[in-house]
Amino acid sequence: MAHKIGVVGDKDSILPFKMLGFDVFYASEAKEARKMVDHLAKNEYGIIYLTETLGEKIPDTIRRYDSKIQPAVILIPNHTGSLNIGKKRIQDNVEKAVGQNIL
Amino acid sequence: MAKLNVNPTRMELANLKDRLSLASRGHKLLKDKQDELMRQFIELIKKNNKLRTVVEEKLISAMQSFVMAKSLLNEKYIEELVAVPPRTVNLSVYEKNIMSVNVPVMNFDYSEDDSHTSDISYGYLNSNSELDVSIEEMSAVMKELLELSEIEKTCQLLADEIESTRRRVNALEYRTIPQLEETIYFIQMKLDESERAGITRLMKVKDMG
Repeated sequence: MAHKIGVVGDKDSILPFKMLGFDVFYASEAKEARKMVDHLAKNEYGIIYLTETLGEKIPDTIRRYDSKIQPAVILIPNHTGSLNIGKKRIQDNVEKAVGQNIL
Repeated sequence: MAKLNVNPTRMELANLKDRLSLASRGHKLLKDKQDELMRQFIELIKKNNKLRTVVEEKLISAMQSFVMAKSLLNEKYIEELVAVPPRTVNLSVYEKNIMSVNVPVMNFDYSEDDSHTSDISYGYLNSNSELDVSIEEMSAVMKELLELSEIEKTCQLLADEIESTRRRVNALEYRTIPQLEETIYFIQMKLDESERAGITRLMKVKDMG
């Protein structure tokens, strides 16, 4: 099955993704981002990249797609630097599976 | 540990013994599943962690150079430059089964016929070298970014499954099996006791005669 790749985030950070052939959607508010992610998920997007600044505001929405095979909601840093939320999610996964942080 | 609330009868004993053997078999299978899942998970999560560190670093630097390039140009120009993407990415997702967990396998094919030349498909006019650099960095990180997506999603799904498997294993190991064992012991003792009581009664009756 063919799927598309979407990027949601602030304009400055995600515009270059367009050059790679990804579909780019701008959002700056939590509400917009939530709508956008839900919309993309419904429309057969396989991967949704979301900037951490927005991801921080809509943890519930991200969690909703955690247990589904697709879409994969992947957090990416934006141009101001990483907020370490993506890292934190990895650590949380480890803790959930192993019982303690072994990384 | 509390024993189950059952009547100490032979039939109940047989039933419980069946349940115990089923529970032990289930426990063994689930334990094996958990071990294998854990092995795969640890392998993947280490890779995931490393990859994310690398990708984040590269992405930030690419984005920063893009912002830098953007600040030197009119916004309208930039939009014009990226209006028609020079290449497209096709993503196909298949499902793979790791120990009965469905995880995605993502295959990417991007039209890379222009890989020998640079990916830059805009004019010299209204663009600058900073933009070239940022686009180049971006293309370089793309492959890893896509790989990261697959691994991270897989880890996410595995972690959920490991958690629920662990709960099941523990429930069987520390709750169901001891409970059954204790109840079986209790019924056996009760049956033995009533048998002895029967014999004693018979002997007493015989003595009276």
